[in-house]
Amino acid sequence: MVPEECQFTKEHEWVFVEEGNVAVIGISDYAASELGDIVYIELPEVGSHVKQMDPIGTIEAVKTVADIFSPVSGEIVAVNTDAVSAPEIVNKDPYEDGWFVKIKMNDPGELDVLFDHSEYTEFLGEQEAADADEDDMEEEEE
Amino acid sequence: MTPKKTPLYEAHVAAGGKIVEFAGFLMPVTFEGIVAEHNRVRTTVGLFDVSHMGEIELSGTKAVEFADYVVTNSVAKLVAGQVCYTVACNEDGKVLDDLLVYRLSDERVLLVVNAVNTEKIHDHLIDTAPSGCTVDDRTDRIGQIAVQGPRSLELLLASGFGQSHAEKLKGLAYYNFFTFERDGEEVILSRTGYTGEQGYEIYLPAGQALGLWNELLGAGKGMKAAPIGLGARDTLRFEASYCLYGHEIDEETSPLEAGLSWLVKFKKGDFIGRKALASEKERGPARTLVGLEIEGRMIARQGFTVLYNGESVGTVTSGTFAPALGKSLAMALIQSAAAGKGEFTIDIRGKMIPAMRVGIPFYKSRSKD
Repeated sequence: MVPEECQFTKEHEWVFVEEGNVAVIGISDYAASELGDIVYIELPEVGSHVKQMDPIGTIEAVKTVADIFSPVSGEIVAVNTDAVSAPEIVNKDPYEDGWFVKIKMNDPGELDVLFDHSEYTEFLGEQEAADADEDDMEEEEE
Repeated sequence: MTPKKTPLYEAHVAAGGKIVEFAGFLMPVTFEGIVAEHNRVRTTVGLFDVSHMGEIELSGTKAVEFADYVVTNSVAKLVAGQVCYTVACNEDGKVLDDLLVYRLSDERVLLVVNAVNTEKIHDHLIDTAPSGCTVDDRTDRIGQIAVQGPRSLELLLASGFGQSHAEKLKGLAYYNFFTFERDGEEVILSRTGYTGEQGYEIYLPAGQALGLWNELLGAGKGMKAAPIGLGARDTLRFEASYCLYGHEIDEETSPLEAGLSWLVKFKKGDFIGRKALASEKERGPARTLVGLEIEGRMIARQGFTVLYNGESVGTVTSGTFAPALGKSLAMALIQSAAAGKGEFTIDIRGKMIPAMRVGIPFYKSRSKD
């Protein structure tokens, strides 16, 4: 998957739509590097049904834990067992080998609320700026 | 308060370190990734900036006697050139901090305390010091660099810094140190560390720290030496099952509970917390620090509940995926009555995950002492 052709959530999942309304889900390289070394991934079972922005799994990194949110509603049709058995591939290659699940979408219209790549990049920039502002304010307060 | 920077802060930023605020300091949490840094220290050698640690010097005719009263281990028994690991307790026998005590001379003692506790311990010392003992917080004037890993001695000997003291370095035993003058100022070099590997810690004037840091990195190039962040410092100490203040020990925990009874010397004179600890020893500590191996790869983190037969018996103090061992491990403080049991469960975000009692330390290096 090429990041430029993916769409993104505010929670840093990416979606790439394959033929037949199947959405491939993963996390962005920004999220993977923020989490650091990933040691465990818990993913839903094939056949389960999920709603948009439901937590569908968990990522354990050495330092922290994060939920995986489903960017779309639908049925889980594939799970990346390679990523489950060797979670470090998510750090190495979050857009290709490190994908999590494939979802047969109920409503491709849900994709409209997601960021495209340039919006996501802008969003990351804004977040960093906000974090910096917050730091400044904290310093001013003290 | 604006966070402080160590003398090496700019070097960490330039080296691509991810900076976080820790105990009032801007510190690198990781450079290349916690696991890679962890394995570097286990297999070759890494450099740590630990300048955030607090250095408090006691001096005067009463310095040794006072240090002996403040901490549980025996400072009086040390000779100049020896260092001991110890805790300082409050009157209730609970841990104020764990620290290193360096006996510099019969009238000078250096206490090395956790950054998060420097101010608290400094205040405590000021409140309790007798006349004839001066308390001086030297933290801002001292830089501290730790060189840790099986090739740490080799790295030091490859540097001009270590070469000038080669014989002393080679002969330096675990928990011993020597001092020397460098540009007219005192430097302390000890064989100590917080990684479970052979290693050394160097205390030097803040203004000399950056020069030495770069010199050591250069000398270690052939050994693939690199800077190591606080993240790997934590996973390394965890694998070696060393206590961390705020996790295994705090003002709610006694050293006897945390597996540190070897630090409490009841045979020496009076010390703060003695009475409470003596009676705790007699009735037996309420809790015991244990090691647990978690089934699967989920991580049992601090604060998670440990259960035996469905009943809560304690709490996880630290847990992570141990990089060198390839297992999800945890330390936990559990009711002493349950400490002899073998099979527990841990509540990991609502899931009951089996955890087996295992011995600590989890990891033992052949090179350390």
